[in-house]
Amino acid sequence: MNATVDSASLLSCPVPAPDNACVTMAHGGGGRLTEELLAGVFRPAFANDLLNSRHDGAVFKPEAERLAMSTDSYVVNPLVFPGGTIGSLAVNGTVNDLAMCGARPLYLSAGFVIEEGLPMALLRHIVQSMAEAAALAGVRIVTGDTKVVDRGKADGLFINTSGVGRVIATAPVDAREMRAGDAILLSGDVGRHGMAIMAVREGLEFESDIETDCAPLNRIVDDLFDAGIRAHCLRDLTRGGLATALVEVAEVGSCRLLVEEEAVPVSAEVMGACEILGLDPLYVANEGRFICICPETDANQALEIMRRHETSAAATRIGRVVSADHGGVVLNSRIGAHRVLDLLSGEQLPRIC
Amino acid sequence: MKYIDEYRDAEAAHHYARLIASITTRPWTLMEVCGGQTHAILKFGVDELLPPEVTLVHGPGCPVCVTPLELVDKAIEVARLPGVIFTSFGDMLRVPGSHGDLLRVKAEGGDVRMVYSPLDAVKLAQSNPDRQVVFFAVGFETTAPANAMAVYQAARQDLRNFSILVSHVLVPPAIEAILSSPGNVVQAFLAPGHVCAVVGYEDYVELSDRYRVPMVVTGFEPLDILQGVHMCILQLEQGRFEAENQYARAVRRSGNRKAQEIIGAVFEVVPRKWRGVGEIPQSGLGLRRKYQRFDAERRFELMTREVEEPAECMSGSVLRGVLTPDQCPAFGGKCTPEHPLGATMVSSEGACAAYYRYRRQSRVEAAASS
Repeated sequence: MNATVDSASLLSCPVPAPDNACVTMAHGGGGRLTEELLAGVFRPAFANDLLNSRHDGAVFKPEAERLAMSTDSYVVNPLVFPGGTIGSLAVNGTVNDLAMCGARPLYLSAGFVIEEGLPMALLRHIVQSMAEAAALAGVRIVTGDTKVVDRGKADGLFINTSGVGRVIATAPVDAREMRAGDAILLSGDVGRHGMAIMAVREGLEFESDIETDCAPLNRIVDDLFDAGIRAHCLRDLTRGGLATALVEVAEVGSCRLLVEEEAVPVSAEVMGACEILGLDPLYVANEGRFICICPETDANQALEIMRRHETSAAATRIGRVVSADHGGVVLNSRIGAHRVLDLLSGEQLPRIC
Repeated sequence: MKYIDEYRDAEAAHHYARLIASITTRPWTLMEVCGGQTHAILKFGVDELLPPEVTLVHGPGCPVCVTPLELVDKAIEVARLPGVIFTSFGDMLRVPGSHGDLLRVKAEGGDVRMVYSPLDAVKLAQSNPDRQVVFFAVGFETTAPANAMAVYQAARQDLRNFSILVSHVLVPPAIEAILSSPGNVVQAFLAPGHVCAVVGYEDYVELSDRYRVPMVVTGFEPLDILQGVHMCILQLEQGRFEAENQYARAVRRSGNRKAQEIIGAVFEVVPRKWRGVGEIPQSGLGLRRKYQRFDAERRFELMTREVEEPAECMSGSVLRGVLTPDQCPAFGGKCTPEHPLGATMVSSEGACAAYYRYRRQSRVEAAASS
């Protein structure tokens, strides 16, 4: 495990506690301690002109004819995991949602629901990781909110981020734009985030070097549009994994997709962990992978562009849109037989034996 | 990935498929006993490669599916008790009892936790001395050694707050029940590789001899299954009936002695009720007298309440290989993973779940698409 802070050790509040070692209800009371929390933790990390105005909201010029907006709430246990934190997840998640709309993310808001007793050092670490993720993605956190709730009312920390971006795609980026013959490109190997979290979750700990794939995708998408790639559909892979993303776009676009199982990259570590637990890596969560569905004539150039970025260096073609008459995904299995991919009922659960 | 990719090699799979087709002269019905094999068959489409004369029927080897409804109800009853931490393997959590499942208990405030090993439940008991930790010990011979070890360790540490709700079942009596049932159609068995890795396959030698049926101990990868099918068909075509071992890389004839010792020390053979099938004599494991203080049924004085399975659920016939899941009128309509009538629809090894997941949409469409 390469996490820089061990959340388990930080979650116990030392006694006697030094001043402000933990977040208390008073930090959410709107008084002096609230101001201390904002001035001591949040503002220094996220500093920028718009946030520094200390207004109730941020005021900015639209910068574009068309804007995209997205919001997402983040809950994860543990708060710090190999390769990331709930903070980096909260920034990259919303950045990626905007990028998938064909937009260049500009501004984020961040709302924090903090459980009383959260160690201040852990909060600092998470906020710092958000600031770093925002810098890497080139977005600014321009407004925010903090609330503190009683112990037991939140799982340490919940974060909501909303974002606004400038639409850079000149044509609609929408599953309904998919056409028969389009290529399906995948930006890298799948299943890292889900297995990294599972490896450190209480009751399921197993030794592994798997780190989350959590990363911003907006600069890759920027480059695709700059080069004139006609991305008919972009979709980041999140909690339901590659299979869920494929099924969703197939249903929305009423298209039949054919995917080659052999072509989907899965690292040996993730495959090994999945085999042991009886999970299908196609349904395991990701936080830094996406699929791009574009005309076959653009596919090679798109792959070349994706491979220039570290995050998508292993980008590859995994299948094609077969027809545009009926929604569904068919997987050509490793041994050359067919199987239908479908949505799962809920989360995958490890099997008995 | 080593030891995985070799057994999923498309060329070798098609080679075996051709080999099977070349020796098959008439219709044969084979049963794969283990739910893990069922899922591999459907996930990789192994059955699509077989000649039409060969029919695979799915067996009872899904531990979650055969755990009796009464016991799921008892699990739910214990999990609701204040002060109890109820621990279970993941795929027991969604199994429907008479009223709801363990996930619902969790949602309603019960402390239900998923663990991957029963030894983790023992650890939980050590670190929560003021709570009662109960582990739901289900499974075939495969999970018995670890569950036995958990009880053994709890006894050594004199843990007063650890117990197991036990519903272990054994494969050979189930095979025997299938073979001796009047409507039996199964002519050969792919015997469960991982069960045999623990207990060996002497029992299967005896069974194949007594019932004059081929039994091939088989693994879980596509090539394992194709090779197991080939070995079965070869025996059938040649009129032989022997126990053979396809899964030699994991299974020895005598099995794993250490594992057998710990099972024998902690458990004894008892009659067990199988969900959808009924009681089978000498078909399960229960705690020996020496370890009965770790029996959750005793500790919490749980009463057995006779409950009826939903009449519409045909899982008993599915588990005996009499019906395939898609022949059940409720399949995909009244019975789905979201609203299951029986455990076979929710277990990761359940045949109904496998059909729902891999076969629900028209396969004709799938094939036509390429």
